[in-house]
Amino acid sequence: MSPIFYLLAVVTLAGALATVLLKHLVHCALAVTVAFAGLALLFLQLDAQFVGFAQILVYIGAVAILVVFAILLTRGSDLPKHGVFSSTWALGLAIAAAVFAVLGWAVIASTHGIPQQDNVPSATAHDIGIALVGRYVLPLEILALLLTAATIGAVIVAMHEKGKQQ
Amino acid sequence: MQDQAQVAAAVTGAIIGETLVLVPVVPMIASGAIALMKRDRRKTAARLAIGSLSFSFLYSLIAFVLVAMRPGLRVSTYSTWFVVGHTSVDLGWILDPLSAVMLVMVSFVGLLIFIYSVGYMAHDENFTRFFCFLSLFAGAMLGVVISNSLLLLFMCWEIVGLTSYLLIGFWYQKPSAAAAAKKAFVTTRVGDIFFFLGIVWLFSQTGTLLLYKGGGGAIEPTALALLLSQHAGLGLSAASAIALLIFAGAAGKSGQLPLHVWLPDAMEGPTPVSALIHAATMVAAGVYLVARVYPLMQIGAPAGGTTVALTVITWVGAATAVFAALIAVAQSDIKRILAYSTVSQLGYMMAGLGVGGVAVGMFHLITHAFFKALLFLGAGSVIHGCHEEQDIRRMGGLRADMPLTFITYTIGMLALCGFPIFFSGFWSKDAILEAAQHWSVAKVPFYMLVFGALLTAFYMTRQVCYVFLGYWRGHGTAHESPKIMTTPLAILAFFAMALGLIGTPAWPWFRDFLDGRTATFSWHGFAEPGLALLMLTSSLVVFLGLWLGWRLYGNKSPKPKEPDALEKSAPWLWAPLRDRLYVDELYGVTVVAFYKWWARVADWLDRRVWGGIVSLVAWVFALWARLNRLLDVNWVDGGFDKTCEELAEGGGLLASLQSGRVQNYLRILAVAVVALALVLIWSSRP
Amino acid sequence: MTTPLAGYLLVAALVFAIGLGGALTRRNAIIVLIGIELMLNAANLNLIAFWRYGPHPEALTGMMFAIFSIAVAAAEAAVGLGLVIAIYRQTNTTELDKIDRMKG
Repeated sequence: MSPIFYLLAVVTLAGALATVLLKHLVHCALAVTVAFAGLALLFLQLDAQFVGFAQILVYIGAVAILVVFAILLTRGSDLPKHGVFSSTWALGLAIAAAVFAVLGWAVIASTHGIPQQDNVPSATAHDIGIALVGRYVLPLEILALLLTAATIGAVIVAMHEKGKQQ
Repeated sequence: MQDQAQVAAAVTGAIIGETLVLVPVVPMIASGAIALMKRDRRKTAARLAIGSLSFSFLYSLIAFVLVAMRPGLRVSTYSTWFVVGHTSVDLGWILDPLSAVMLVMVSFVGLLIFIYSVGYMAHDENFTRFFCFLSLFAGAMLGVVISNSLLLLFMCWEIVGLTSYLLIGFWYQKPSAAAAAKKAFVTTRVGDIFFFLGIVWLFSQTGTLLLYKGGGGAIEPTALALLLSQHAGLGLSAASAIALLIFAGAAGKSGQLPLHVWLPDAMEGPTPVSALIHAATMVAAGVYLVARVYPLMQIGAPAGGTTVALTVITWVGAATAVFAALIAVAQSDIKRILAYSTVSQLGYMMAGLGVGGVAVGMFHLITHAFFKALLFLGAGSVIHGCHEEQDIRRMGGLRADMPLTFITYTIGMLALCGFPIFFSGFWSKDAILEAAQHWSVAKVPFYMLVFGALLTAFYMTRQVCYVFLGYWRGHGTAHESPKIMTTPLAILAFFAMALGLIGTPAWPWFRDFLDGRTATFSWHGFAEPGLALLMLTSSLVVFLGLWLGWRLYGNKSPKPKEPDALEKSAPWLWAPLRDRLYVDELYGVTVVAFYKWWARVADWLDRRVWGGIVSLVAWVFALWARLNRLLDVNWVDGGFDKTCEELAEGGGLLASLQSGRVQNYLRILAVAVVALALVLIWSSRP
Repeated sequence: MTTPLAGYLLVAALVFAIGLGGALTRRNAIIVLIGIELMLNAANLNLIAFWRYGPHPEALTGMMFAIFSIAVAAAEAAVGLGLVIAIYRQTNTTELDKIDRMKG
């Protein structure tokens, strides 16, 4: 466990915590960007370069911006009256804790069964490209369909609203 | 020729024997037809009734002639109604001298009275109903006469009683008439119960209800011997006991002493009814019944003696004769005098049956029918002519105003008194007196009957003096009755005189006819020892009575408010006699009072106890119903409603899970995932 | 904690739990969607970790899975946020407690 790992872990976790704990929505959006960045670096450390960069591009470059836009469009800058946490936050916290407990316990209790190989695999873009159009061509096409549908859907939703407003 | 005639007679006899049932049935059918008619068809009703009875009369005449031609004929027919175990209940009819002579008398007198009624009831609005009942009565009475089966006899007996009730209470709006009808029915019922007991006993012992059945009938020698041999307690044989029971029934119908109370009250009915039913025919039915079952009454008599039954009959008859005659002396209603006279004469008939046998009693019955009917119809004519007045103290001097009625009435009165030689009553009463004189048991009945004859002459003279002699004390003027009413009077008057001829000792045709012998005319009949003395004695008694009556009442005509002549001379005697010797009052205090008390008890029981039980049951049911309703509303309905509410609540509860809040859904999802994970982990453990 | 894989897995689990906690406790719909993104990211981390330390990494299975996951997540985020905006236009609020038209 290299110290870089710990550092990156701390950054990610801090970012995640900040996301859910901060009051101001824009701060949350920025914090989640930090979390995304941390995760991207973790990917890089795991020798998954392509995924790491893809993460930065997509998540930080698109999703986070999208979130900010959404916050903007929904006047998220106004703080709500009764506080940012719902009235039954304790229950939600408990459930999240239970989930973590189960997962954590599953991880810890099964360490001797986990395979461990230390060779650094090579995952060049070339390999990924060949895999995409070779073995994984069907998911690729379906994904393309999905993205198309999502785009169209988003446009329609937005347009519909526009039509109604006018 | 004679053979042919005999064969023809035999064939006719068989035919008539088989079809004799038409005689009562035709008037009954006429009655039914009249009942269905409208009230205003009076002529049709009268014609139907008179026509049917004429048919019966002609038929009876033919039957009578047949029996006369062949002395001692007895044709009996029967048919089985239903079978009970080993025995069968049969109905049957019989044609023999006794029934033949009764048939002729009943239908003839009935016919004359029917014709009379057309005039008498002309102004009554219920004319049709009257003839319907009259026809029914005629049919039933004829049924009693020809009956060979005790059951058929009893059934017709009851119908006769019913029509008597209907006719006495004909003017039912009058409370006294309705009460009289009820009294008649109830009193005769008392006798009928004993009669029925006798029938049932007879049936149980002999196994048959038929009187004559070719040797197996209930009063034929075999059966009689059986009955004689059985003992019935009180030292009587079964034969005597049954005879006494049957006599009790006859006593009710014929108004013998304790059960006579209904007859005078029965005068509430119209006069033709009184004439037909309560003088000539229905009351004679009791006498006829005794004559019919005479073999039963007679069996077991020791040589030279008589049976218990006949002794009882004689004493009761004699007592009745005197008792009723005494009361008749002090009555002032024209019909009531005649009613008590009828009771008295019925006593004579019963006594005659007891001391002298069937012929003696029956002869007086036949002659009495004619002259009593004559007297009643004459009284009706008088009432009609005096504008419905019935009190003799308000009549008088009718000899001039109603001559025809006066002459015929006097003939009837003399016949009743027994005026010698020319009047039938003399011969028939003398026959009874002669038999009573020679009675082996006691002489007292003879003296009683002689005393009765004296009284009869006395009160009849009194009546005639009050009604026809003296001067008119009523209001308005009296007038003679129309021909339709006076013609029957004349016919009856003729027979009242002529019938005597068939019963004289010189030519005892009647007696021989009944006994089944051919009668011969012989003056030696009069030469019997003691007969001439008896005839003289009875004549003297009659003259004495007539003279006493004339002396007291003569031409005198006392005013209505004045006391009667006898009352003036012997008031201590007058009052009890006028009050009918208090028999009705005795009944009122004992029997009637008991029944009234019993009726009250029964009513109380019915209302309080049985009614209470019924109410209780009803109340329990109502309670049960209320309980059920309570259960139903609260438990069943309530339970159902509650269940629905709970379901709705549960549904609401479940629906509340669908909060519409996404976070809740997420939470549930997370919990489910945790649970699933745990399950998977646990299940994959080794 | 002994193997690097375990460490990565724990981090992923923690991020996942944090994302879940945020999705379950915050009022704002956008935060919920962010939380879901975090969860997806955690899953991605899991996948890559297993790819790296599991057998046959040359098959690129884990990596492909992760790539697809990223793509799908992005699409889903787009659509989801579009919906939030649409709902905001209708009801003028982004509070999840108030958006309960599906109630019942």
